[in-house]
Amino acid sequence: MAKRKAAVSVRECVACGCCMKVCPRNAITVPNGLHATINRELCVGCGKCVKECPASIISLEVADS
Amino acid sequence: MNEKKKWYDYLWAVSLTYLILGFFNILFAWLGLLCFFIPLLIAIVKGNKAYCNKYCGRGQLFSLIGGRFGLSRKKDMPKWMKSNYFRYGFLAFFFIMFFLMLWNTWLVFSGAKNLGAVVTLLWTFRLPWHWTYHGTLFSDGVAQFAFGFYSVMLTSTVLGFFTMILFKPRSWCVYCPMGTMTQLICKAKAPKEG
Repeated sequence: MAKRKAAVSVRECVACGCCMKVCPRNAITVPNGLHATINRELCVGCGKCVKECPASIISLEVADS
Repeated sequence: MNEKKKWYDYLWAVSLTYLILGFFNILFAWLGLLCFFIPLLIAIVKGNKAYCNKYCGRGQLFSLIGGRFGLSRKKDMPKWMKSNYFRYGFLAFFFIMFFLMLWNTWLVFSGAKNLGAVVTLLWTFRLPWHWTYHGTLFSDGVAQFAFGFYSVMLTSTVLGFFTMILFKPRSWCVYCPMGTMTQLICKAKAPKEG
């Protein structure tokens, strides 16, 4: 089965960091206060950030590799 | 979700205390300036949104009440509300109202106007709040600023509370003027992305 990973709609991200707080793998950072960035190596696609994001702009997408 | 809670995970208690203190002595409202200067300083000096990301007590309060206590529908917020038009428009509106408040403070300082011991909720409803003021050693303008600033803080909390109930717990973060402003500063400061 294809693995799914969190993906952020960078343009709409307000960089609040709510996703970062709930990530059980510490896979999310907000570098330079611009937008959330997800470390795909660490992401296990649990979807906690998807639920938490107040702007609802994170989704789970099938990873290419 | 870091396993161990850090000291700053309890700043929601500070935010709550601030709101409560305003019901007893309005001069405490001045402390709210910290919520303005700290995020701005972090954004200007460090170039990040660590304030939003870690320290914001109001955000924590909303995620506690809306998330942990479940006082939130946890629905998606409408598209227009997270658009840049709305975010920047709300920031501009906030700025205008803030400067009107400063102007009003100045009028009381200069003696052109008498102190209005009211808290104006949602820029409209003037609530009597006189029991929180017993005089100061300085000008009444000091108190006027406190009433005005507390109005800003209470209004934004009430707005955030409503959107917390209607949408996600921390919906306020999407259109928070401080958040929008610090993100703009960060965008201006950050090295260009490819």
